[in-house]
Amino acid sequence: MLKQVEGSKAVADAVAACQPEVICAYPISPQTHIVEGLSALVKDGTLPNCEFINVESEFAAMSVAIGSSATGARTYTATASQGLLYMVEAVYNASGLGLPIVMTVANRAIGGPINIWNDHSDSMSQRDSGWLQLYAENNQEAVDLHIQAFRIAEEMSMPVMVCMDGFILTHAYEQVDIPTTEEVKAFLPPFVPRQHLDPADPVSIGAMVGPESFMEVKYLAHQRMIDSLEKVQQVADDFEAHFGRKTGGLLRSYRTDGAETIVLALGSIIGTLKDVIDELQLDGKSIGVVGLTSFRPFPYEAVAAALKGAKRVIILEKAFSTGTGGIVTQDVARAIEGMGIKDFTVIAGLGGRPITIASLRNYLTNAMAENIERLTFLDLEIDTVEVEINKERALR
Amino acid sequence: MFQVRIHGRGGQGVVTAAELLAVAVFEGGKHAQAFPSFGSERTGAPVVAYCRISDHEIRAREPIMEPDVLIIQDASLIKQIDVFAGLQPRGYVIINSAESAEELQLADKIKVPHSLAILPATEIALTHLGRPVPNAVLLGAFSALTGVVPLEAVASAINGKFKPKIAASNVAAATAAYEYVMNQVATHA
Repeated sequence: MLKQVEGSKAVADAVAACQPEVICAYPISPQTHIVEGLSALVKDGTLPNCEFINVESEFAAMSVAIGSSATGARTYTATASQGLLYMVEAVYNASGLGLPIVMTVANRAIGGPINIWNDHSDSMSQRDSGWLQLYAENNQEAVDLHIQAFRIAEEMSMPVMVCMDGFILTHAYEQVDIPTTEEVKAFLPPFVPRQHLDPADPVSIGAMVGPESFMEVKYLAHQRMIDSLEKVQQVADDFEAHFGRKTGGLLRSYRTDGAETIVLALGSIIGTLKDVIDELQLDGKSIGVVGLTSFRPFPYEAVAAALKGAKRVIILEKAFSTGTGGIVTQDVARAIEGMGIKDFTVIAGLGGRPITIASLRNYLTNAMAENIERLTFLDLEIDTVEVEINKERALR
Repeated sequence: MFQVRIHGRGGQGVVTAAELLAVAVFEGGKHAQAFPSFGSERTGAPVVAYCRISDHEIRAREPIMEPDVLIIQDASLIKQIDVFAGLQPRGYVIINSAESAEELQLADKIKVPHSLAILPATEIALTHLGRPVPNAVLLGAFSALTGVVPLEAVASAINGKFKPKIAASNVAAATAAYEYVMNQVATHA
């Protein structure tokens, strides 16, 4: 049903429509409204077959999720920022054990300095954790990705993170069509685990693996991640057939036909970029945007195909690797190797810094003339940092 | 695109006002996008929330820097921060105050002609709700001054958000504010 609703509430309703059997989470801004919404739905009887487990930390949340998923229960959790970091040891175990847990990451910066606002540092830190990572452009996609995520996770026996921009999406009220439980049931079959813990038929999950086969186990995970590319797209296509909406999948291009310059970005900034691209095209500029939904698995071939024919790609990132630059850039650069496309990176919106249309228009206008550095920090107060850099250097 | 910026203080229901406005707009068949300014929420601290209204899908997510409408839930903010920053020429201004434009020294702040409504929303809220929460009241004023959403849509949004008793008193307060501003407009015309 189409509703004007807060992003967090929409996601809570969508997760509920997927009929999870165990939800365990520890509240942290900006994820809080999602788990509050779900706890209310469990309490009021909307989810009679679901147990909401209060835990004392994020580490416990993921540990409980691992336990419940291993018994064959459809399991959901959500976190953000420091909460994600606090659960990291268990995050790697969830993927290592092939448990199809779905987790929302309400993207938020990582301290210090402490900062509650949005960027992608938290989920990007889990790039190599063996989880799939899907990024939502808007709240409709956040809803749809959760429904797709359960199916991808369960069919691949892999955990999936659905990443949605904290505050910008979680706290925004916009219109969202939330499928009913019945509609979701027709798309998402009941969870049939590959193997599960059952006292009547005991098995061991997660035994120690020594040097003689650890490499093989990790290689299998690598191959499974590559195989999931097909599944992510296939589930999105099937979702479109069921619900009539093109959401999820590997990536989506907007006005890139014949574009000399293509901006590649993840998450909610894609919407703002589309408005900027419309403006620039009105001025006769040759520019489009590729929204990357699936960061893990990384769709090398789809990225190469989407950027083919462009002269340059601008990768807009809300996180970076200190001392190096763009994180997504590394993968994009590999995808377009030998294609003659120059890559530039713009780091923007760190710690909730608003990314304005004016700043993007200005930066992209310069970028189209290649009047930019390889790596740019958008709207950086350069005078302030230079004073500080000089002071620090003088003291060394 | 029609853009609304709401200024108030923590505890005055600033974010709820933006939400209610978005729901009212949605019920009228238009697109709306409401969002808070994401500050640390503390009672009494300045809070900002935004609402975009459009006939089309709203994609941009930058803060509203050039609003068509300003709703100022707490007039003490006028002296504290630049609430009028970026206001569109001939934009609408709605202020919760029992004082006049002269007493609020608005001439120093707003130089071009604007559609202005000043109403004692806190007092209206106290009368109808028994609590000094001016947010829904000011949406009644918004409806009257701008005509962008009908009062019925505001009432419907309020009814969808609150329990029946609280909703009814909020609707009564919003209706009183609507009439107050309609009378003001009629007097000036």
